[in-house]
Amino acid sequence: MEAQYVDIPEPLENIPPLAETDHSYESISRAVCDVVLEKPMPRPWYPVFGVGNLLLAVLGLSTMYLFYRGLGIWGINNPVGWGFAIVNLVWWIGIGHAGTLISAILLLFHQDWRTAINRFAEAMTLFAVMCAGIFPLLHVGRPWAIYFIFPLPNTMSLWPQFRSPLLWDVFAISTYFTVSLLFWYTGLIPDLATLRDRAPRGIRRTIYGIFALGWRGSARHWFRYEMAYLLIGGMSAPLVVSVHTIVSFDFAVSVIPGWHTTIFPPYFVAGAIYSGFAMVLTILIPVREWFNMKDFITTRHLDNMAKVMLATGLVVAYGYFSEAFYAWYSGNEYERFMMSNRMFGGGYWWAYWCLMFCNVLSPQFLWIKWVRQNPVPLFVASIVVNIGMWLERYVIVVTSLTRDFLPQAWGQYTGTIFDWAAYVGSIGLFITMLCLFVRFLPMISIFELRVQHRQMLRGELR
Amino acid sequence: MNPGEAEKKAPRRRPAYWRSFDEVSGNTPFDALVHREFPGEAGVMPDPVGRRNFIKVMGASVMLAGMAGCARQPEEKIVPYVKAPEEMVSGKPDYFATAMPFDGYGQGVVVTSFEGRPTKIEGLPEHPASHGATSLHAQASILDMYDPDRLNTVTYGGRISTWNRFIMDTATALARLDEKQGAGLRILTGTVTSPTLARQMKALREAYPNMRWHQHDPAGRDGMRAGAQLVFGRYVETLYDFSRVKTVLSLDADFLHQGPAHVRYARDFARTRDVEANHGAMSRLFVAEPSPTLTGAVADHKLGLRHDEVETLARVVARRLGIPGVDVDEAAAAKLPTGWLDALLKDLQGDGPGAVVIPGDGQPAAVHALAHAINARLGSMAVSHIAPVEAEPVDQAASLRALVEDMNRGDVAMLVILGGNPVYDTPWDVGFKDALERVPFRAHLTTHENETSHDCHWVIPQAHYLEAWGDVRSFNGTASIVQPLILPLYKGKAASEVLAVLLGDENPDAHAIVRETWIKHRPGDGFDRFWKNALSRGVIPGTTAKKLGIKMTLRIPPHRPVAREGLDVVFRLDPALHEGRYANNAWLQELPKPLTKLTWDNAVHIHPATARALHLDHEDLVVLSCNGRQVEAPVLYQFGHPRDAITVHLGHGREICGPVGRGVGFNAYAVRSSTSPWCATGASLAKTGKSYALARTEEHYNIEQSIVEQGETAQDRHLIREAPLAHFRERPDFAQHLGHHAPGREDTLYKPDEKSWDGYAWGMTIDLGRCTGCNVCVMACQSENNIPVVGKEQVIKGREMQWIRIDRYYKGDYGGEPEVAFQPVPCMQCENAPCEPVCPVGATMHSKEGLNDMVYNRCVGTRYCANNCPYKVRRFNFFKFADHKTPQLKMMRNPNVTVRSRGVMEKCTYCVQRINMARITAKRDGRLIQDGEVVTACQAACPSGAIQFGNLNDPGSRIAASKKSPRNYSLLADVGTRPRTTYLAKVNNPSAHLDAGGGEGGPAMPHEPQPEHG
Repeated sequence: MEAQYVDIPEPLENIPPLAETDHSYESISRAVCDVVLEKPMPRPWYPVFGVGNLLLAVLGLSTMYLFYRGLGIWGINNPVGWGFAIVNLVWWIGIGHAGTLISAILLLFHQDWRTAINRFAEAMTLFAVMCAGIFPLLHVGRPWAIYFIFPLPNTMSLWPQFRSPLLWDVFAISTYFTVSLLFWYTGLIPDLATLRDRAPRGIRRTIYGIFALGWRGSARHWFRYEMAYLLIGGMSAPLVVSVHTIVSFDFAVSVIPGWHTTIFPPYFVAGAIYSGFAMVLTILIPVREWFNMKDFITTRHLDNMAKVMLATGLVVAYGYFSEAFYAWYSGNEYERFMMSNRMFGGGYWWAYWCLMFCNVLSPQFLWIKWVRQNPVPLFVASIVVNIGMWLERYVIVVTSLTRDFLPQAWGQYTGTIFDWAAYVGSIGLFITMLCLFVRFLPMISIFELRVQHRQMLRGELR
Repeated sequence: MNPGEAEKKAPRRRPAYWRSFDEVSGNTPFDALVHREFPGEAGVMPDPVGRRNFIKVMGASVMLAGMAGCARQPEEKIVPYVKAPEEMVSGKPDYFATAMPFDGYGQGVVVTSFEGRPTKIEGLPEHPASHGATSLHAQASILDMYDPDRLNTVTYGGRISTWNRFIMDTATALARLDEKQGAGLRILTGTVTSPTLARQMKALREAYPNMRWHQHDPAGRDGMRAGAQLVFGRYVETLYDFSRVKTVLSLDADFLHQGPAHVRYARDFARTRDVEANHGAMSRLFVAEPSPTLTGAVADHKLGLRHDEVETLARVVARRLGIPGVDVDEAAAAKLPTGWLDALLKDLQGDGPGAVVIPGDGQPAAVHALAHAINARLGSMAVSHIAPVEAEPVDQAASLRALVEDMNRGDVAMLVILGGNPVYDTPWDVGFKDALERVPFRAHLTTHENETSHDCHWVIPQAHYLEAWGDVRSFNGTASIVQPLILPLYKGKAASEVLAVLLGDENPDAHAIVRETWIKHRPGDGFDRFWKNALSRGVIPGTTAKKLGIKMTLRIPPHRPVAREGLDVVFRLDPALHEGRYANNAWLQELPKPLTKLTWDNAVHIHPATARALHLDHEDLVVLSCNGRQVEAPVLYQFGHPRDAITVHLGHGREICGPVGRGVGFNAYAVRSSTSPWCATGASLAKTGKSYALARTEEHYNIEQSIVEQGETAQDRHLIREAPLAHFRERPDFAQHLGHHAPGREDTLYKPDEKSWDGYAWGMTIDLGRCTGCNVCVMACQSENNIPVVGKEQVIKGREMQWIRIDRYYKGDYGGEPEVAFQPVPCMQCENAPCEPVCPVGATMHSKEGLNDMVYNRCVGTRYCANNCPYKVRRFNFFKFADHKTPQLKMMRNPNVTVRSRGVMEKCTYCVQRINMARITAKRDGRLIQDGEVVTACQAACPSGAIQFGNLNDPGSRIAASKKSPRNYSLLADVGTRPRTTYLAKVNNPSAHLDAGGGEGGPAMPHEPQPEHG
C-alpha cells in the first residue's frame, strides 16, 4: 500500500505531536515486532523480571503458609475483619480501570491518542484484575469451600445469597475480566497475524498462528473485526462504571460509619480511573524509555494522561471534601465521630493526612505543563498517586472498622509481614505478567499505529 | 521402682492442650516446651478412663446395683438423680446435685452429665449459697477436672510410685511416732468445714494425742475471726440478710464477689436494687476501699481511701454514732471527707435497723469489731450470728507460724499437706519453704504438680470434687454431700482417704467414710432414705446453723494509724485465679479482669496521675520493692485507683505449674509479708527501662486517651442509660427519652413491621441495674458453648473468642472517682440483622423464631458479617483455636454444641441447643414450651439475676413483663436493627446530701430529651 504524501501539516503550537512522522509502515511494524521477535530484551528487563519473579515466589510461599496455618497470620482481628487483602483487592481493581477506559470509552469518544497506549493499558488491566482476583480467595477463612459462593447446582438446592455485595463482586469482577480479556484479545488478532507472518518458521510461528485465528487481512475480516471491536468496546464501556460501583457497594451497603455513604460509587469510579492512569504512567514511562518507543508514545500521551489524572484527582478531592462535609452536615454523631477520628484520632490520622498529601495536594503540580510533559516528575507524581490510592483504601477499610459503634469493641490493626508479603507478592505477579507481555506480544497496536500514521500524513491527525 | 515402671512413666506435661495457639504465639515459654518435651507423645497420651469404661461403670452402678458387676471398684451407688430417668438415654443429659468446696465452704451445684461425663455446672436452687446461681470458679471448675495437666500418679521423690506403697510407707512412719503418741505428726489443711474431715481429725487426735492440725488459707479471714473474738469473746460467723436493707456501708468488703456467701449476697443485694419490684424503693450502697473492686463499682458512693484509713472511717462512724470507748486519731480523722461522712451518717442513723456495715476480710480485727459494734448500735436487722461453720476456727497466721517454728526446730517428723500450695502462697517472711526441707516425711495431696509438691516426698493426686465423695458445709452451716459424677480420671484420692490412711485404714474408700459420718447423724433404718434424699436434694435438711443470741463486750484496740511512706501496696486475690490454684485454668487466665480487661497477666495497678508523678508509663516494666524484697512487674493504668497506692493481684507467677500457667504474670507473694498481708506501705517502683506487653481485651491504643474517649463516646451515644432514683420516680420512662429512636415506618425503605413473628419469639433483657460486671456469664457461656481459648498473643491481637463480653465504661471525674458502668453484650439477635444480607453464602440466617442462626458448615469466612455487626459480637476462628486432639477436653465438651474449626465465624446463639432440648420435651408432651423452661447459660449462672430470657409472644412470661418495663431500651436503636436483646436502664440511688461518686462531678442527671433523629 502506498501512502499518499501530502504536505505534512505543522505541529500544533505548544502541543507535542501524537507520533513522529518520519516512519513508514514497515518501520512501524519493525519497531514493534522486533522487540518480540528479533532484538534482545533491553538490559533493565532482566532485573525487573527477576524482581517480579522473586516477589511472585514470595506470594506463592506466603500463600502456602497462609493456607496451611490460617488467616491468623495476618493482622486482622475482631473489630477489623478486613485488612490488606481487601485494600489490595480494591486497589488492584481500581488500577484495572484504566485499560478499559482508555480502550473503550476513549474509543467511543474518538480520542485518537489512545492508539499508542491502549494495548498496554488493556494488558495492564487484565493483570491488575488477576492480582485483584487472588485476594478474595486468599482472604476467606475456608478457601477450600470458596465454591459455595458460585451458583452451582447441588443436592441441597442451596444458592448463594444474592443480597450480598460480595456476591455481586463475584459477578462484576468475573464479567469485567472476561470482557476485558475478549476486548484485548480481539484487538490483538491482526497483530498476532503480523507476528505470525514475521516470525521464523517453528514453534513461534505456530503459536502466533494458532492465536491469530487464521487472520488474512481480507476486507471481510477487517469489516467483521471493526464491528466486533466496536461492539465489545460498547459492552465494556458500562463496565468501567459498574465494576467499581459494585466494589464500592461492599462498603456502601454496610451500616458501618465511614462505609455507609452514598457518594461511594462515583467517588470510587473516579478514584479507580485516577489510580489506573497513575499506574499506566508508572509503567509506560520506563517502558517507552527502555524499548525506544518514544516515537509512538510521545510527550503528548504523557501530557494527556496527566490531564486525566488531574481531572479525576479533582473529582476524588471533591469526594473527600463531600465525605467530610456530609459527616458534619448530617448531624449524625457516628459519622461525625468517624470523620474526626479519621482525621485526628485513633492512631491512623497519619494515614489520612498522607493520603491527602498524595491524592489531593500532589496532583496539583500537574497544572504545570513542565511537570506533565517531563517523564521524571510525572513518574514521581504517578508513584505518589499510586501510594495515595492505596492509603485511601486503607483508611476507608481499616479506620472505619477500628472504631465503630460500641467503644469497648474498638480495636487497632496493623498489617503483619504476611500481609505485606501478599501485597508485594501481588505486585510481583503484576510485574512478571507485564514482563512476559512485552516479551511475547506487541506492546503497541501495530495496525492502529499504521492507521494513525496514515491519518497523520494525511493531515487528519496532528 | 523397677525399670519397667520407669518406662511406663507417662509424660508429665502434655503439650497437646496448647497446640492450638502456642505455635501461633511464637516465642512463648509454651512454645519452647512444645518443642522440647515429648512432642511426639501428645497423641498417645494415656487415657486413664475411656468412654467405654464410663459407660460400663455408670451402667453397672445404676442398673446392676447389688450385683457384683464391676470388678474395678467396690460396688457403689454412684448417684440418685435429681431428675430420675428410668434408664440412661444416650444423648440425654442427667443432672446431679452436689456441692463445690471452695476455700472450705460449699456451694450447691447441679452438674449436667452426658453418658457419665460431667460437662456443665449450674447452681442448685435449694442451696443457700447458690439459690440457683454459681460463682465464677464453679463454672470454671469443670475445666479443672478435665485438665490434662493434672497429676495422674502417686509419686515419691519425683518417681512414679503407688498408692499402696504410700500406705505402707505411712504406716511405717506412723509406727515410729506411736510411742510419742503422735508427736511430730502434723496435718496442714486449708479452712475445713467438712463434717467428715472434722470427724477424722478428731479420731486422729484420739489415736495420736500429740499430733497437731494446722490451717492455712491464703484467702485468709483471720481479721474476721479475730474481730469476733474481740467483741464476742469467741469465734462466730456473721451472716447478712439483705431483704430489708436500706443502707449498706462496705468497709473494704467486696461482698458481692468474694467470700463463701458472695453468690447469695449478690442475688439478695440485687433484689434491693430492683426499683420496680420494690415499688420505687431501693437500697443505697456506700463503699470505702483502698483498691477498686466490683462492689465499689456498683456503689452509689465510693470513697477511695488508704487501706488503714478504712479503720479510721470505721472509728469515726462509730464515734459519731455514740459508741463509747472508740479511740480516734484526730489527725487521721481530719483527712476523711466530711461531706461523705455526713451523708453516710445521715443514712445510717436515718435507716437504723435498715442499715448494715460490712467489713472486708482483708481488714484487721479492729474494723470487724467496730462493724459489729456499729451494727449493734444501729440495731441492724440484717446481721445475724451463728456458731462457726468451720470445723476448728483458728488464727491461721499463728497456726502457720507455729508449724514453721516447729519444723525449724526439727519437731515435725511427718507433715501431711492436704491440698493447697503453701510453699507458693505463704508470706515470704514465714520461711515455709526452708522449714519444709527439715521435715523427714512430707506428703502432699494435690490436684496439680506445684511448688509445694515439688518439695514433698510423697505426692498424691487429689480427686476433683466431681470425682470423689465428700461433704461440706456452706456459709450458714447447711451441709451437703459432695457426690462424684465420674470415677477419678487421674486416680485421684480424696482428703478423707488420706486421713483414713493415717488412721490405719489400708483400703480407704471415701464413700464409706462419708457414709460413716452421716450414719451417726441419722442411725438406724431410715439412713438409706436420708442418704438418698441428701444426695438428690443436694442439701441435708436440718443442718442449717441456728442463730446465736450472744452478748458483746466491746474491746476496741487503740487507734494506731500507719504512717505513710512511699507507696502503699494493696494485695488482692486475683479476680480469676484466686490465690493461684487456677493458674493452669486457661478459661480463667483468659477471662478479662472486670475493671481493667487484663488477661493472661497481673500487673501493678496504678492511677495514671500517680504513675506520671513517678515517670512511669503504661506497660513499663518496673521493679516493685516492698518490705526489702523486689519483684519485676508491668505497670497498668487504672482509673479510679486511689492515689499514691498500687494494687497487685496474687496468684500469678507460678513456677511449677502446668504449661498454661507457668510463668504467667509475676509472683506478688514474693513481696507479701505476714505482718502486712493485705496492704504494705513504703513500697517503691523503679523503672527497668524495659516494657512489657499486656493483653487487654479493649483498644490498646494509648490506654488513657482511649478509655476517656470510650467513656465520653458511650455517654454521647447513650449506650448506658442511668438516672438517679429521684429522677426515676418523676420520669420512670427516662430511658425512652435518651438517645435516638429506632427509625419509624416513614423513615425507612424497609418496613419494620413487615415481618411477623408467630409462634415463639425469643428475646432477652439485661438489667444494668442488677449487673455487677462479675464475669460469671462469660465463664458459663464459655463452658456451655465449647468456646476455645486463644492465648495471650492472640488476645493482644484482639482475637479473644468469648461470646459475651462485658463492656466497661468510665464516666465523670477521671482524675478522682469516675463512675463505672458495665454492659454485658451478647448477640443482639437483631430482627433486621445487618450481618445476614451481607453473607454471600447465606451462612447466617434468620430463624422463624427470631434467632440469628449461624451455619458453621456453610460459612466460608469472609468476615463481612462481623464487619457489619454494629455490636461487634461475632467471633472469628483465625486459627484452629479449638483443641481437637486432647481426649480429656473432648470429654468435657457439650455434645450439643458444634466444636468450631478454623476459618468460620461464631457468636452467641441464645443457647439454641437449650431451646431445642426444651422443644423436644414440649413436643413430646404435646404442649408449648413454658416460661422458664429455656434458661440460657448466662442467665442461669448470673448471681444477681440480671438476665431474663424467654418467649416474647407469651404474654404471661417474665420476659414479656421485663420488656414492658419503662426502663427497657435498645442498644443503638437508631441503627434500625431492632435487637431482641434489650437493656433495662440503671437506676442508682445517690444521697441527696452528696454528689454522686463522692467526686466533684454533679449527680448523674441524664440529659434532657433531645429532638429525635439525626
